[in-house]
Amino acid sequence: MNEQLVFMLQLIITGIAVGGVYSLMALGFVLIFKASSVVNFGPGELVLFGAYVSWATILQMKLPLPVALLVTLLVAIGLGIVIERGVLRPLIGHPIISVIMVTFGFASVIRGVLNMTWGSDTRPFPVLFSPEPFHLGPVPVSPVHLWSFVSVLILLAAFSLFFRFSKTGMAMRATADNQQVALSLGISVKWIFALSWCIATVVSALSGIILGSVRGGVDFSLADLGLKVFPVVILGGLDSVAGAIIGGVLIGVLENLSGGYLDPIFGGGVKEVAPFVALVIILMIRPYGLFGKVEIERV
Amino acid sequence: MKCGGFRVSYRADERIFDTILPIVGVVALLAVLCVVPRFATTYWLDVLNRIGIAIIGALGLNILIGYTGQISIGHAAFLAVGAYSTGILEVNVGLPFYLAIPLAAVITSGFGLIFGIPSLRLRGLYLAIATLAAHFITTFVIVHWESTTKGVLGLMVPPATVFGLPLDSDARVFYLIFALVAPAILFTKNLFRTKVGRAFIAIRDRDVAASVMGVNLLRYKLLAFVISSFYAGVAGGLMAHHSRILFPDSFTLLVAIDYLAMIIIGGLGSILGSIFGAVFMTVLPEVLKLTATSLTGVYPQAFGLIASTRDVVFGLAVIFFLMYEPQGLARIWVRIRSYWQLWPYSY
Repeated sequence: MNEQLVFMLQLIITGIAVGGVYSLMALGFVLIFKASSVVNFGPGELVLFGAYVSWATILQMKLPLPVALLVTLLVAIGLGIVIERGVLRPLIGHPIISVIMVTFGFASVIRGVLNMTWGSDTRPFPVLFSPEPFHLGPVPVSPVHLWSFVSVLILLAAFSLFFRFSKTGMAMRATADNQQVALSLGISVKWIFALSWCIATVVSALSGIILGSVRGGVDFSLADLGLKVFPVVILGGLDSVAGAIIGGVLIGVLENLSGGYLDPIFGGGVKEVAPFVALVIILMIRPYGLFGKVEIERV
Repeated sequence: MKCGGFRVSYRADERIFDTILPIVGVVALLAVLCVVPRFATTYWLDVLNRIGIAIIGALGLNILIGYTGQISIGHAAFLAVGAYSTGILEVNVGLPFYLAIPLAAVITSGFGLIFGIPSLRLRGLYLAIATLAAHFITTFVIVHWESTTKGVLGLMVPPATVFGLPLDSDARVFYLIFALVAPAILFTKNLFRTKVGRAFIAIRDRDVAASVMGVNLLRYKLLAFVISSFYAGVAGGLMAHHSRILFPDSFTLLVAIDYLAMIIIGGLGSILGSIFGAVFMTVLPEVLKLTATSLTGVYPQAFGLIASTRDVVFGLAVIFFLMYEPQGLARIWVRIRSYWQLWPYSY
């Protein structure tokens, strides 16, 4: 196989691996939007939070890995409850600008608190997987990417089973479908709102852990990666879980391909901007995305 | 004793200032501002200058969000376009500042027009996401168009000269900035007495109803973006002359969020609110810095915590205002004023 093709395949594989993490982040975002119509403009800070807490539990407190992960997830659940109870519930029914701004507000608080506690230096993240690349045919693949993708797949499968079969999952789907009907069936919509925030903080924390181990370190630039969920959810459709998953992989591949081929022309940084160019184009052509509900008001 | 608006003629209703008192107040304020550079230290002049720039920027954003109801997270990009256009027009084209700033504002307006096009199809949060994307695209262009913007190395801007006098100190730039703040406030105040301003408010309250009443949505939504970005262009131009070196890093997403916070904390749809918000957001970090300096004796690490403390205080302030005072500082001001107007018979 010639080098060109190997280069492209490598970009695609990396893209799929990174995109899997985007899918995970987007899943949290979409769940919140589906349940409570709140757009979370601080997804990056939730990722950052998970990454730092897991770093602290693994390396600072030196807990064994499974315990550390469990503690991280419990803390993330706590954060989700605090955000929903403390910040978003009082603002139900307020104008969109207030809800958007309040998500910026708590994101800023999270960033500040993390910065106060652990400072802004890059923290080396524990190496969870061996760094030695192995070959898939002619294409070298790093195990970190493979394992991150596998764990994303497992998590996504677990979540789809949860939504499909568990009682709580069905209640969440019912609430997303029609709040009033859900209420009349005895589902506590308030609880579902809180739960969707908890799931969002948990998946963000998991993405933070995976991204931390892929990059080998945690610092505040992780928060910028969190903003990539916007292209993902717009591509997939704001209210579609399947869309979030497929959109994540597509955006991951897109940014890696455009980065790989266009960076030499523009002198770097294309990877960061390409998803947003795609976002604008999608909004112009098909604002409800690939799988979203067609419900845009034309004015 | 004035208890409410009792106007018997249209002339009285149309007045910008309905009593003599605000005029006296404004004149007094202007007089104070004229002599401030004589007494203030460079440090506080710098803060005042940044407040002035922030007032113009916040007014522009408030016209767009507070009055027209079009959410934009791309205000930092507008400021960047204004600042860089001013810089490039002066450095590469060699225009004097009194041509460069207006021209840059016009360029920014054109940019705002392009930004505004999605608003015709998208509403609310979709528009917010579209402007977020536009912000990143603009920043990318500024960083990578190195031949013109100098990228991350920074673009040096020569000081403005008025009749051969270079405006190279904070005291001199002060006059330039506040000479533009005053008309900006007056223009905004006046705007909402006109057909255009009323159309903006109608669009904010219910755009379908506005279009039924004959408001051309296409025209007025784009006009709101144009006017708002004109203000941002002027503010950007002043930033170029205030700091005299431009980095892409001065226009991050956090700047856009700061401006959003200004109008939320100050008061959406209020001119006074834009001013209060600009003052609050500019003075807050300075107060934290002063507190940290005074604390260094007791607690030596205090200085390193300024940035993070600012993030926390800022976030809490935004959350607090949204929950308990959604109309912001302007509303608090009105409440205090009306309390004292009826004092001691207030209830």
